[in-house]
Amino acid sequence: MFNEMEMNGKVRDPYRALVDWMDVTGPETLAQKRLEAETLFRKIGITFAVYGEGGDPERLIPFDLIPRIFTASEWRRLERGVKQRARALNTFLYDVYHNAEIIRAGVVPADLVYKNAAFEPAVIGIDPPRRVYSHIVGVDVVRVGPDEFYVLEDNCRTPSGVSYMLENREIMMRMFPELFSKLRIEPVDSYPDQLLKTLKSIAPAKCEGDPNIVVLTPGAMNSAYYEHSFLADQMGVELVEGQDLFVSEGRVYMRTTRGPERVDVIYRRIDDDFIDPLCFRPDSVLGVPGLMNVYRSGGVAICSAPGAGVADDKAIYTYVPDMIRFYLGQEPILNNVPTWKCARPDDLKYVLEHLPELVVKEVHGSGGYGMLVGPASTKEECDTYAERIKANPSDFIAQPTLSLSACPTFVESGIAPRHVDFRPFCLVGDDIRLTPGGLTRVALRDGSLVVNSSQGGGVKDTWIMAE
Amino acid sequence: MLSRTAENLFWLSRYVERAENMSRLLEMGYRMALMPAAGDGNRSEWRSVLSAAGCAEGFDSDNTELSQATVSDYLIFNRDNPSSIINCFEYARANARAMRTAITQEMWEALNGALMELRKTSMRNLAKTDLPGFIDWVKSQGALFRGATDSTILRNDGYDFIRLGTFLERADNTARLLDVKYYVLLPETSMVGDGVDNYQWTTVLRAASSMRAFHWVYRDDYSPWRIAHFLILNPFSPRSLAHCMENVTNHLERLARQYGQRHAVHSMAVDTYSILTQGDMDDIFSNGLHEFISDCLQRYQALSSAIAETYYHGGR
Repeated sequence: MFNEMEMNGKVRDPYRALVDWMDVTGPETLAQKRLEAETLFRKIGITFAVYGEGGDPERLIPFDLIPRIFTASEWRRLERGVKQRARALNTFLYDVYHNAEIIRAGVVPADLVYKNAAFEPAVIGIDPPRRVYSHIVGVDVVRVGPDEFYVLEDNCRTPSGVSYMLENREIMMRMFPELFSKLRIEPVDSYPDQLLKTLKSIAPAKCEGDPNIVVLTPGAMNSAYYEHSFLADQMGVELVEGQDLFVSEGRVYMRTTRGPERVDVIYRRIDDDFIDPLCFRPDSVLGVPGLMNVYRSGGVAICSAPGAGVADDKAIYTYVPDMIRFYLGQEPILNNVPTWKCARPDDLKYVLEHLPELVVKEVHGSGGYGMLVGPASTKEECDTYAERIKANPSDFIAQPTLSLSACPTFVESGIAPRHVDFRPFCLVGDDIRLTPGGLTRVALRDGSLVVNSSQGGGVKDTWIMAE
Repeated sequence: MLSRTAENLFWLSRYVERAENMSRLLEMGYRMALMPAAGDGNRSEWRSVLSAAGCAEGFDSDNTELSQATVSDYLIFNRDNPSSIINCFEYARANARAMRTAITQEMWEALNGALMELRKTSMRNLAKTDLPGFIDWVKSQGALFRGATDSTILRNDGYDFIRLGTFLERADNTARLLDVKYYVLLPETSMVGDGVDNYQWTTVLRAASSMRAFHWVYRDDYSPWRIAHFLILNPFSPRSLAHCMENVTNHLERLARQYGQRHAVHSMAVDTYSILTQGDMDDIFSNGLHEFISDCLQRYQALSSAIAETYYHGGR
């Protein structure tokens, strides 16, 4: 297992100053600071609700004080790799809703695209502004060695967590100002500005003048509501719910105290299925009736575009390196995790024979739900899961259990290494932008590889060292 | 501004003001109950507090015995009482959370902090003698929120909706405070003008945090006439109906200027305000203070609805 902080018994360079500082500060002060940080989070109201568990609808995500650090050169490589991926994924999205060249060339199987639940026939042939479908790409990256990074998955719809990247930094700067003045850490606070720039750059054809931008949220009960309001606030745009919007004569309007006001760009944080009850789920009360008609006629821009989910499917994921070669003529900078597709008979056979060594995921699942972590499961659990795979092989993929890198983390017993992953956020509009930072998630239980916040994982601040 | 946001801001500040007023009513009941009263062991004071709070029916339906502890519990902690202090803070915070973008971090922290404290408290761990301390705490939370608002929020239409909520609620509250006198006196009208009566009137002043201010204006003339004048017609008293309506009118005017549009609600507000600028205490007393107050309460209700009609249904 690779330890982010130590190698061969020595502290790695990027962590040197941090370790010195922790030694001087001492465990008691750190423990005290940790309590202070939690109070701050609670006071500010930075919360995350978990569906279906009852209990506190405004739960705190455990926050760990010990940052995860990347050197400038590590970051440069990650940055290039993520941008390359975001570019390929967007080209893919445009392609599958237009000429489908990648399918005709036999690189990606047609069924994977057209039978995909996230494929949206309603947007075939639509040319969204700048041909961008996925404007915010969250790429989940893990590290297994000093120079070995793997992409775990791509999130092309509405990746969340960016508010934690910003708030974690805010809290760290409030708690440890002396560290920030001593070290040269790249700032992350330009993200909201860059997001706004990206949203402005995708104004629809019919928009005249400065585009009017809104963030569309399902409401205060949504698990990521804090993030929705945070982003709207930071960008200085309205946070709206479906009930605040309506469609009239081919344009979208919001209800204001001065009467109707036109809306040009919608950063929606609700799923495709819910954005327009006339087009998708008729029972949805979250969306805006008629929105898709306006979208199709170029009266409004929607970020991310409906149908973008077809690119972040776990089965499509396995083809991303091929996409990069096909569209960009480049070799992928970041590797995929080797993946077995249970839809293929040979792969299925291998997976069923090696379940206790593998991680199996549902192709359409998200957030760590419904997966099997072989090494951490009983024989009985594996057997039950095997039955599910056999019933619908094409719904599953499997990957080797990676030895995720670990980062020192505050736990009950003191400071101990815990597994981490990393999600940087890539913005795609007139340009491709990547904020130097991201969200590091940490599995708080000893030995656990599951970092999802819905599964009890925590978060850390991520520092990119300036050159 | 989004219609929903305007409505949330308006009610947010109303709830904060209402929580504070509930504590003022409690303070009043507590002080009145400290006076020796004839016969019923101070219960009429507590009943009058419930009536003025508009909570008498709800309290009665619980079949609880009337006492300082039960009334306090009902007005502070009862989750079924929509006007209880804890519910006011819960609603205010829910409104704030529904439009975090429209309020500042400081305002949010003031509200969130108050509710976090309050959720940890209950009547049981609030010792009998702590009631005045608790009342002060609630008032200071209101002050904290208004202070945070005043020093941090943009002076745009959002500010106007917040202030409209504050002053409409405060006008409503001052009127209700005055009405406590009506309810408490009703069974014993013979006592008008005697020592207990005057004590009760000064208690009204005290509950309006206006003892000192009153003294500066009228010296030590604590006659009912003066006290009622101070709380109804005196434009310099921060809790008087006149002052509240002056602010309501001003903020509605500001909205009219910003939006370049006047509506029926604007003349309604001016009418209501002019009753106070042209009012006369002799007339009010001879026509009945309670009747005057009831009329005011109805007008505030109508104004609140008219503001909603004008600004909260934006578009279609």
